Amino acid sequence: MRLAVLGAGAVGSSVAELADEYGHTVTALTDSTGAVVDADGIDVAAALDRKNREGSVGTAAVDDALDGPYDALVEATPTTLGDAQPGFSHVEHALERDRHVVLANKGPIAERYGEVRDLEADSEGAVLFEATVGGAMPVLSTIDDFGADHISTVRGVLNGTANFILSRMAAEGLDYEHVLAEAQDLGVAEADPTFDVEGTDAALKFVILANVLADGDREYSLDDADVEGIKDIPGSALELATEDAQTIRLIGEVTPDGEVRVGPRLVPEHGTLAVTGTNNIVQLETNHAGRLNVSGRGAGGPETATAVLADVGRLPER
Amino acid sequence: MSDSTDEVRAYTVRLELVDEPGELLRALRPIADNGGNLLSIFHERGNVTPRGHIPVEVDLEATPERFDGIVDALREAGINVIQAGAQRYGETLTVVLSGHIVDTDLSDTLSRIQQETDATVTDLSLSAPEGTDDISSARLRLAAEEGETGATMGTLRTIAAEKDLRVIEPLTAGGEA
Repeated sequence: MRLAVLGAGAVGSSVAELADEYGHTVTALTDSTGAVVDADGIDVAAALDRKNREGSVGTAAVDDALDGPYDALVEATPTTLGDAQPGFSHVEHALERDRHVVLANKGPIAERYGEVRDLEADSEGAVLFEATVGGAMPVLSTIDDFGADHISTVRGVLNGTANFILSRMAAEGLDYEHVLAEAQDLGVAEADPTFDVEGTDAALKFVILANVLADGDREYSLDDADVEGIKDIPGSALELATEDAQTIRLIGEVTPDGEVRVGPRLVPEHGTLAVTGTNNIVQLETNHAGRLNVSGRGAGGPETATAVLADVGRLPER
Repeated sequence: MSDSTDEVRAYTVRLELVDEPGELLRALRPIADNGGNLLSIFHERGNVTPRGHIPVEVDLEATPERFDGIVDALREAGINVIQAGAQRYGETLTVVLSGHIVDTDLSDTLSRIQQETDATVTDLSLSAPEGTDDISSARLRLAAEEGETGATMGTLRTIAAEKDLRVIEPLTAGGEA
């Protein structure tokens, strides 16, 4: 399949690098300032090298990539809130051209799910977004296989940065600021960790899950979620939790009555939900098959690219 | 599993007695008279309730049927039964509060939880490594009536919000069907 990859960050560049291994051809790659387009396949290594040296993958315009030759558009530009632009218009453009869309960008389906679904209904193209929830973990495809109607609740840990901070605080008895600084040194937390520590990133993922589970009966956006972050949780809170064989994790859930909640919660210290480090976990409560746990690496370039390419593999041939 | 009603089980009854001579004996008689086997009595003389009563915890064995009779008899005798058995206060709820716990009057926080919810505080641990006038944390264990944990958490959140305390909730509260 011919892929146009929008965004050359950790995920976009990994998709471009791995596409060949999965039998696909990258016909366009863009970043925030430019693009490289070639109907016969671009030279991915050269484009990424150019980005490192000169700041952009190429001199073509992003619109050239959008209008260029591809079967599936991979939207891997940074997640934006509210109108979810420019990601949303990229999705719109590709669907109007009857092309498939694979999203790694959470914005369009967390903030404008209904519109994306309507555009998809009018298009020959399909929209898939496994990579937006839990990186490499097969969460959405599992829900799809089981059927959203057969799943009552979803809960779990879907932010590796917050999980790393809380598990380090509990294990080492260190305070929040100290562990955050350490996480930034290790590259686990970004220089501006707001999105992660305030719960926004996890909330977007649970909003997407809520949209998928509601299956059109109700539409969710970030505003519908009850979100509390882990910022400034004192070490003493973790210490008291540990004394009681519990610990604190940033847990998100879509409750049986359809509410989306993200916040620090007490969970059994050695229970399944208390994953350590940057690991993620999602628990699905199924109606007929009990509880199903999916855990693994919920972020990272090659990990998320793996989910993107799995989606590409699920797309029908055009 | 057997559902036999003849099975003898252990129960805990929590009573509040008026601080007068003979009250403890008066409270125990309906238990013996109705076929309960007393296991232990914990008379918390030093721990007067906000209403000036003395809490007493009685462990006993009885069949479920006889146990109901015991509780009825206690109430008929005018004894204040706060909790009876595990089936009413079936759910334990552990929460961690953090913030200016001591400065915002911890004992008032606890009294309000007792008064405004159906739950009772059964355990409290405080950790204030920076001193009590800085950020500290408290772990509370509450015994809540079955099916009431959602309401209890709701009230707890309101009390905490008024005092600008952060509540770290257990996973189950408000999350169950």
